[in-house]
Amino acid sequence: MDRTPVIVGTGLSDYPKAPHLDGVQHHVLAAQRALADSGVEKATLDGYVGVGGGGGMMIDDAVTMAEYLRIDHRYIDGTMTGGSSFEFHVQHLAAAIREGLCDTALVTYGSDQLSRMGRMLGTGGFQRPGQRVSGPIQYEAPYGNSLVGAYAMHAKRHMHEFGTTSEQLAEIAVGVREYAALNPHAMYRDPITVDDVVNSRMIADPLHKLDCCAITDGGGAFIMTTAERAKDLPQPPVYVLGAAGAQTHWNVGQQTDFTTCAGALAGPIAFEQAGVTHDDVDMLMFYDSFTITCLILLESLGFVPKGAGGPFVAEGHLKRGGRWPLNTDGGGLSSCHPGMRGIFLIIEAVRQLRGQAGDAQVPDCRVALCAGSGGWLSCIGVAILGADRP
Amino acid sequence: MSEVTVSEEWTKPLPQPDDVNRPYWSAAAEGRLIIQECRSCSHRQFYPRALCTRCGDEPEWIGCTGRGTVHTFTVIRQMGMRPFRAELPYVVAMIELEEGPLIMGTVTDCDPETVEIGAPVTVHFVRAADDVGIPYWRLAT
Repeated sequence: MDRTPVIVGTGLSDYPKAPHLDGVQHHVLAAQRALADSGVEKATLDGYVGVGGGGGMMIDDAVTMAEYLRIDHRYIDGTMTGGSSFEFHVQHLAAAIREGLCDTALVTYGSDQLSRMGRMLGTGGFQRPGQRVSGPIQYEAPYGNSLVGAYAMHAKRHMHEFGTTSEQLAEIAVGVREYAALNPHAMYRDPITVDDVVNSRMIADPLHKLDCCAITDGGGAFIMTTAERAKDLPQPPVYVLGAAGAQTHWNVGQQTDFTTCAGALAGPIAFEQAGVTHDDVDMLMFYDSFTITCLILLESLGFVPKGAGGPFVAEGHLKRGGRWPLNTDGGGLSSCHPGMRGIFLIIEAVRQLRGQAGDAQVPDCRVALCAGSGGWLSCIGVAILGADRP
Repeated sequence: MSEVTVSEEWTKPLPQPDDVNRPYWSAAAEGRLIIQECRSCSHRQFYPRALCTRCGDEPEWIGCTGRGTVHTFTVIRQMGMRPFRAELPYVVAMIELEEGPLIMGTVTDCDPETVEIGAPVTVHFVRAADDVGIPYWRLAT
């Protein structure tokens, strides 16, 4: 029996704004659509993977969602590494399927962040004023840093060491927006220029408003099974060629090198497993919480030497028609970012590898690399997916 | 001993001392910055922990000079949370201590535009509660 792990179905809930759905309903709608897409009978699911936090107060953590969905699983994973959770899930699930811990698993995510929480997330702070704070965050909370500020400190140091410019970072936002224009659901679709980005309001130096991702609602789901099972299913299977994850810190104050991330650890493992090189990769799905996130992922994963990312992106290599088209769904920067975007990297890569991406289709797309960043460039998960059997 | 300003009404998040970090917060309340050094391998670390992150043995406390340099920073220009909102724009920085470790802080009493990576800074403290002092930084003159 061929237990090579494959993705056989994906589903997106409604986005970017869906006031008619709460977080759990986002999970459900995405799951229903993934089941329909895959042709998998719900009753045959024997694994469930998910991560709570998107929908609010522990109403969508893995055990609660497994119960709500009534998946009588024999394999569960609720690993929470922030936005990269789903790349870690692919890593775990690929091993579990190979090992026979389960045959067919559903992964879901949902968040009503925009409709329920408003836009306070990025710069709303993490703690309530005057409150006692325990744990490692107590060494940071008194200073009023924001989520944007944490990434801004990476950008600032990268600029200092390598001469990276705001204009170079802006090219990433411009390129992703070009793809968003092709996605009727994307949050922001109007074309933007480098000038638009660098002249947009400064949120935390050196990151401008248009260096920052959107805040949206949204949900996603995908189904993984064995290559054997996939033979009876309607969609072309997408193979998990390699998957790896690594962590260097969690809180940003524990970052030791503000110019790189754990992609430098996870990347080589994923490439070796996959048996492919950078040259084989046809498109990139990077966690674009901020423009700097993409630049540091690009360098840490070895697509360019460390420090060379700025000039490289300015040459347009990550844009539509470039060497490594980036975030062909419009990314978190312009399309969909409900809080933990990692699942959408997988879903869009599958769409590309099936050749179902319409106007946004990367020609002859055979290998896609997804890289999720969780926390503050803390936990990096890498999944290399392929259209062809390894 | 560095300067300690007593806060009459601390409205920012307030650290919660525990069995491991109590000496750190107490020392800061008295105007002293201390960090941990491993008794076995001499590894220095921040934040305070119950073990040395390099070898796993027990850390001890050492005093710091209170001098460092700006390793990286940002200027926060949008923040919804009180009371920070009233202080915009302000600097959040990672300070590289003379002793080695990085520590987050704010560079105070300056025009944010004058802060640069590599700039030397010195510590001062605000006593937020009897048992908690918060380290802050000023550009060295």
